[in-house]
Amino acid sequence: MFCRVEVKEKDGFYDAVGESVKKDIIDLGFKNKVKKVRFVYVYLLEGDINESEVKKISEELLIDPVTQEYAIKGNAALEKEFKVVEVAYNPGVMDPVEDSAKKAIQDIGINGVRTVNTAKKYLLKGRLTNNEIHSIAEKVLYNKVIQHIVKGASTIYPEPPPYQFKPVNINILKASDKKLKDISKIGQLFLNLEEMRTIQKYFRKLKRNPTDCELETLAQTWSEHCKHKTFRGKIEYVEKGFLRHCIDNLLKSTVMKVTEELNRPWCVSVFKDNSGVIRFDEKYNVCFKVETHNHPSALEPYGGAGTGVGGVIRDSLGTGLGAKPIINTDVFCFGPPDYPYKRLPKGVLHPKRVMKGVVAGVRDYANRMGIPTSNGAVLFDERFVGNPLVFCGNVGILPKEKSLKKAKKGDLAVVVGGRTGRDGIHGATFSSGELTHKSQELSGSAVQIGNAITEKKMTDAILEARDRNLYHAITDCGAGGLSSAIGEMGENLGVDADLEKIPLKYKGLSYTESWISEAQERMALAVDPEKIDELISVFEKENVEVTVIGRFTGNKHLRLFYRGQCVANLDMEFLHNGVPDLVRKAVWEEVKHKEPVIKNKKDLTKDLVSLLSTPNIASKEWIIRQYDHEVQGGSVLKPLQGIKNDGPGDACITRPILSSKKGIILSCGINPDYGKIDPYWMAASVIDEALRQVVAVGGDIQKCAILDNFCWGNTERPDRLGGLVRAAMACYDIAKVYGVPFISGKDSLNNEYSTGKEIIAIPPTLLISAIAVMDDVSKAITMDAKKAGHPVYMAGLTGDELGGSQYYKMMGFIGNNVPRVDPAYGKRMMIGLSSAIKSGAVAACHDCSDGGAVAALAEMAFAGGLGMEIKLGNFNRPKAQILFQDEVLLFSESNTRFIVEVADEKKFVRLMGDLPIWKLGHVKNDRTFKIFGIYGKLKINTEINKLKASWQAPFKNL
Amino acid sequence: MVRVIVLRTAGTNCDRETAFAFEEAGASSELVHINKLSSGEKKLSDYHILAIPGGFSYGDDIASGKILANELKFKIEEGIKQFILNGKPIIGICNGFQILVKAGLLPNLSGDFKTIEATLTLNDSAKFESRWVYLRRVKGQGGTGKCVWTKGIKDLLCLPVAHGEGKFIPKDKNILARLKKEGLIIFEYVDENGRYKGYPYNPNGSVENIAGICDKTGQIFGLMPHPERYISYLQHPRWTRIGSRGRGDGFAIFKNGVEFAKKHL
Repeated sequence: MFCRVEVKEKDGFYDAVGESVKKDIIDLGFKNKVKKVRFVYVYLLEGDINESEVKKISEELLIDPVTQEYAIKGNAALEKEFKVVEVAYNPGVMDPVEDSAKKAIQDIGINGVRTVNTAKKYLLKGRLTNNEIHSIAEKVLYNKVIQHIVKGASTIYPEPPPYQFKPVNINILKASDKKLKDISKIGQLFLNLEEMRTIQKYFRKLKRNPTDCELETLAQTWSEHCKHKTFRGKIEYVEKGFLRHCIDNLLKSTVMKVTEELNRPWCVSVFKDNSGVIRFDEKYNVCFKVETHNHPSALEPYGGAGTGVGGVIRDSLGTGLGAKPIINTDVFCFGPPDYPYKRLPKGVLHPKRVMKGVVAGVRDYANRMGIPTSNGAVLFDERFVGNPLVFCGNVGILPKEKSLKKAKKGDLAVVVGGRTGRDGIHGATFSSGELTHKSQELSGSAVQIGNAITEKKMTDAILEARDRNLYHAITDCGAGGLSSAIGEMGENLGVDADLEKIPLKYKGLSYTESWISEAQERMALAVDPEKIDELISVFEKENVEVTVIGRFTGNKHLRLFYRGQCVANLDMEFLHNGVPDLVRKAVWEEVKHKEPVIKNKKDLTKDLVSLLSTPNIASKEWIIRQYDHEVQGGSVLKPLQGIKNDGPGDACITRPILSSKKGIILSCGINPDYGKIDPYWMAASVIDEALRQVVAVGGDIQKCAILDNFCWGNTERPDRLGGLVRAAMACYDIAKVYGVPFISGKDSLNNEYSTGKEIIAIPPTLLISAIAVMDDVSKAITMDAKKAGHPVYMAGLTGDELGGSQYYKMMGFIGNNVPRVDPAYGKRMMIGLSSAIKSGAVAACHDCSDGGAVAALAEMAFAGGLGMEIKLGNFNRPKAQILFQDEVLLFSESNTRFIVEVADEKKFVRLMGDLPIWKLGHVKNDRTFKIFGIYGKLKINTEINKLKASWQAPFKNL
Repeated sequence: MVRVIVLRTAGTNCDRETAFAFEEAGASSELVHINKLSSGEKKLSDYHILAIPGGFSYGDDIASGKILANELKFKIEEGIKQFILNGKPIIGICNGFQILVKAGLLPNLSGDFKTIEATLTLNDSAKFESRWVYLRRVKGQGGTGKCVWTKGIKDLLCLPVAHGEGKFIPKDKNILARLKKEGLIIFEYVDENGRYKGYPYNPNGSVENIAGICDKTGQIFGLMPHPERYISYLQHPRWTRIGSRGRGDGFAIFKNGVEFAKKHL
């Protein structure tokens, strides 16, 4: 029988979900119209069960007997007063509750239930028209990519009919160029003409047409997402009208070259595994990887961000023989949260909704995995409205001797974890194209919802199997699904696989679909046949499925079979190295932006107060508190610091081994506003920023490695590629001199949004993530002011560099004087300051970034609950005798600068030697915050609680 | 040596640091999957202390702790009952507290080991929150000695919470009155001066600021905050300010449990 159980809070108990939805609806502008919202959980059960069993299930499992009640026949009487909106998942979308619910029903002794689905019912009371309800539902209650509004009552969809095997060949041997393009487009392969021609040539030699499966496998493996064709191709770079460089492989000639030339002995495995690996201590290595999940998050923020986290965790699990995931980092770029609904392009979700969904997605996945989310950043710009950026990073730890892997001939190809469904088909190719207002309809199947518990179980089992030496190699099923995972692992050996063995979530998948599906929470292993039984028993004890689907052969071919018939036979060499080099043109031309007039205002208090509540600077506590940053017990410096635990820390520190004082510092640098002026100096600045933060907490850049994540617009356009080339060149120039190697990276191109009328590209954005090993974490310091009377110093030089600053942004300008970096000097400064901090001379340190020196001063003061008095007359004077204005000194975002609260002045001054330091003032025992200008006039006069309130206001009650 | 079983299942995620805290307190600890208890591969009776750590057992699907609570109830009921009757201590932290309450093992005023007398439900803020809170040890019978886990502990503790469903609600007024009268309320959420202060000091809207309770025997103790996350000064959010060194506030709880087991078992 089929049966429906509705669960809701009893009268008199607080309906927290209903109240929070009500708040969201009020935020949409329905303040006086919505009186009450009630939330009802709906469970749909199907199977051989009778009414008394349904009652037992409801009472023993589905309700909380203290606060909730259930109804099997619905709540018709209650619903008379309300308008009802019921939201259910679309067919084929995984319901994350189904697995646990089925297990739990068996636990209470009922075995007849075949299917459990859930739905959500919202009861709305108020003066709302049907149109208004429709609008509310679309904006806050459901997302049509994965859900729908139920008309009538929800039902359980019947399982799709079984797949009727029918091999498909694609006729390309005789295809014209136009036909080749059509084949690529209609099949959503995103292969360009030259690539299609190369494939045509390969099959002409074989004198046969490819199967659909072969073509799809090539498209996945050759996608920009998997192959990084732009970075690895040839580029002709033109600057100021002249051809400056012919670049063969931008990645190798910039980012990877730094690492190669520095040749640090502690870099264990770089740019070849799923993440970069460095040494931690005598027993362990640590690995770090940051990925992007931009396009899925644009369409379905919750699922997109959650699976972004899930994916990067699998990168750690798939590094070496498997690393234990220990820290997450998450960086987001969104449209402005107050963006007017009226201006929103068609098919785009509102930035606030994207933000809330992304944060909830990261929260639910990372918290359930039990991995602390300890570092991150959030930035806002109008150009991210159609195409937000979601960077997800993970650090893992693994025993030294388990850091490398190699599949052996004769090993079994094994899939573990979740089952395969139709979800996530074409994710790799979809992410390599641009978003359009139709993406929601066309690429919906590329979007998935994750199930963190499936991944957690798999993680627990993998780590045990690793420690028992039960497999030779492991990799994650990410973009391209099994086609990429098995294809990669067998690159040097060759693989035979039987596609009908792949365990499916439901019937109806074709052989090709099951091969390229990017269903989440799966990993591929290469297992010695003698160890397979033990491996299966380890996984079974954690309730994780293991399936042998094939064998690594040694014949260097990828051969796929379905019910005994060969459906693909590709040469591994062609599959992995056959993609033709792209040849692209890149042009860089400077853009002039309007320059504002600095007015030399008498009073800058208001400017500071408003600056602190601009979205890029304002407190992100609302987000941070939703992440568990303490789980695993290793957190030493948390993201929020100070007397009330609410000041903005520079970097986080974690002890992965609880019995040791050795730690890991994580930080990040990102600044799309500089990217609008010059990607070269943006890249230089964000490297500097990430390193500054490491230094500010007591770290040492000589023990630091970095990761790059380039997010760019369409690099087929020479101007956009020009900027990318410049950014990559800066990566080489700056990191090389700083002596900091890159260990891993990723690029996400085509971050553009087409409204049908115009194309909006994101500003060029590079995220630099830094990881540093710290020998003794008890030497760490935080950014909050500690003690009245302590002198406050500026370490570093301030220039007239307001271009791209948050101060200009607040005034509505971009400007041109983007901050530059002098890495040779910067390196001396950072090493000098590190040793001063290590000596104990420094009580607090905060790096100057968004908002300049004054934002850093204010943050230190209010985080410490102490006042400050600062005199800009003590500030450095510029080399040229241009009269500096107070605005420049306060708001310029020049690089390599720190505000330092000094505990031992003599020692500090001695250790800093000839490095530029300036005594600005001191910490005070009251709540006043005063800044006197260059000529001694009081320019800022306020109180720290006012500053803090302004800084906290924007994201306080979302 | 005192042997601690740290029970885990799909979604448990505070198992290792909980085991570490017990080891620091002088016990040996073992992480054991519920499947191994229900299959009989491992026996509860081989251990002196049962710890149910934090996490998201089964993803908090349906309701936090519910599914594992049912497993305790339907799969290893006898083992648990015998464990308690033998006078062995049990601690449930965060998700573990939810599990004990939803299995009817806490507060167990009825004495039948199954009647559900309270719940831990969705925070008033309707979302997961991670923050440090102050806890006041309730004076009276409970505070003066009934609970074996909190003997001689400080009056005001600082520990982190990290949960979405931590709002404690007793089933009715009668249950609340009995909890109070019999001194079973162990910790209350307060501010840094030991006063009730509402949100965010009470992070979830718990009735009467209740953060942790024990059963009538004083052996079974559950709390939402995480004592295992503050056993070293380096875990405190303000250790760079307050200058204290050594053990964190949570350590005494593990020490008490282990000392009790040493003396009585």
